[in-house]
Amino acid sequence: MTNEKKRHVIPGEIIVSGPYRAEQNTIMEGNNIIATTIGLSDVHDGSVRVIPLTGGYYPKDDDLIIGKIVSHSAMSWEVDINSCYAGMLPATDVFGRDFSSHSDNLSSKLGNGDLIVARIVNADKTRDPLLTISGRELGKIDSGELVYISPSKVARLIGKRGSMIQMIESGTHAQITIGQNGLIVVSCENSDGLLKAIKAIELVEEKAHVANLTDQINDMLEIKSD
Amino acid sequence: MGGRDTDIVLLDENGIRCDGRKINETRKVSIKAGVLKNANGSAYIEFGQNKILVGVYGPRDVHPKHLSDTDTGILRCRYHMAPFSVGERKNPAPSRREVEISKVIKEALEPAVMLKQFPRTAVDVFMEILQADGGTRCAALTGASVALADAGIPMRDLVAGCAAGKAADTVILDVNNEEDQAGQADLPIGYMPNLEKITLLQLDGVLTPDEYKKCIEIGIDGCKQVYEIQKKALQDKYFSKGDDD
Repeated sequence: MTNEKKRHVIPGEIIVSGPYRAEQNTIMEGNNIIATTIGLSDVHDGSVRVIPLTGGYYPKDDDLIIGKIVSHSAMSWEVDINSCYAGMLPATDVFGRDFSSHSDNLSSKLGNGDLIVARIVNADKTRDPLLTISGRELGKIDSGELVYISPSKVARLIGKRGSMIQMIESGTHAQITIGQNGLIVVSCENSDGLLKAIKAIELVEEKAHVANLTDQINDMLEIKSD
Repeated sequence: MGGRDTDIVLLDENGIRCDGRKINETRKVSIKAGVLKNANGSAYIEFGQNKILVGVYGPRDVHPKHLSDTDTGILRCRYHMAPFSVGERKNPAPSRREVEISKVIKEALEPAVMLKQFPRTAVDVFMEILQADGGTRCAALTGASVALADAGIPMRDLVAGCAAGKAADTVILDVNNEEDQAGQADLPIGYMPNLEKITLLQLDGVLTPDEYKKCIEIGIDGCKQVYEIQKKALQDKYFSKGDDD
């Protein structure tokens, strides 16, 4: 089966007909594979998917996300993860197994408005997604600049095997943490690099559907550094 | 049969209607997607003299909580006419007519929107009629489906709306306000063009079985024309910036 070129599609548009597998953002209707969202169609090895250009964030297992603490109960924190579902961070994840709701005070560790890098442990949609902050590179964020982009464009910002983000990081010497939910923390020792990295991220968001975006970003990073 | 007595000539001897259209011609439709910053998705539609703004929020938390469904997301629609949308000031409180239209639009969109993917959430669609000139329900439905697509809510197809009807004993496409008031029948249709399915069908007035079949036929044809404009509105927003692939 030949690989077709990427095409712009809108909901209801027939991408291909025939023996294909309907994957992400597509459905099978009779013999046709139909797009369910606005995006770029990708036909590869007999499977069809649509890379979305719009839409919110829907939690998936193992996603790395950046969230903001909204409130807490006796047993857990509620985290805004920029989605229609609120994240739950259990107190035992921070205090350990001998957590006691009588002696431990949740707000002593994480207060309202604190930002955390977390991983989603369980997102089955029957209840709110469960988060964890125990792990390498997870936990409370102390410094950096927060940037919001559309969650549908996160994949573009990371690029194929991280090519795009690596290019921005090496071009600006900034450290960038990308949450799958569209929140990004940029930290950099010099302010020029910081501004340039933020500019680059914003450019990726604006031109996510353009084909030679990597070259454009590369040009931008090189011009500014002279 | 039917219709009110007026001195307007709905159809002249050359087959030209009161606003200069032919019998199987729609009014001029223009749609712009993504006009509101604070909504997740939005659209502005001009359907002849109708001007409608649509905002979509969601999927988001359901309030009040008891409305939420653990198996699926829910769709809520509000069709509302601004006080200045018609000749005489309209009371802004929801009328019987607006409640009904909100309901039929909701039911016309439901087959297209795939809400099963988002249990315990709601998608809210707000349709604000800024100026009304007959056929607002079809126009609002058309705009709402563009706004839903703009919000990135998964859909099986877009829903296009267009009315057919009967005035001066002739079957006509896209009934305007004069033809609605003085004509004999109005048949609004909501249609999913790729799936070839009708999602909205109402009839106000009297048609013979033959006229009814003719109305459905030209109505679907009108929906297909409207669909092309919906498609273009979304393509203009998402694919026009920068180079093409």
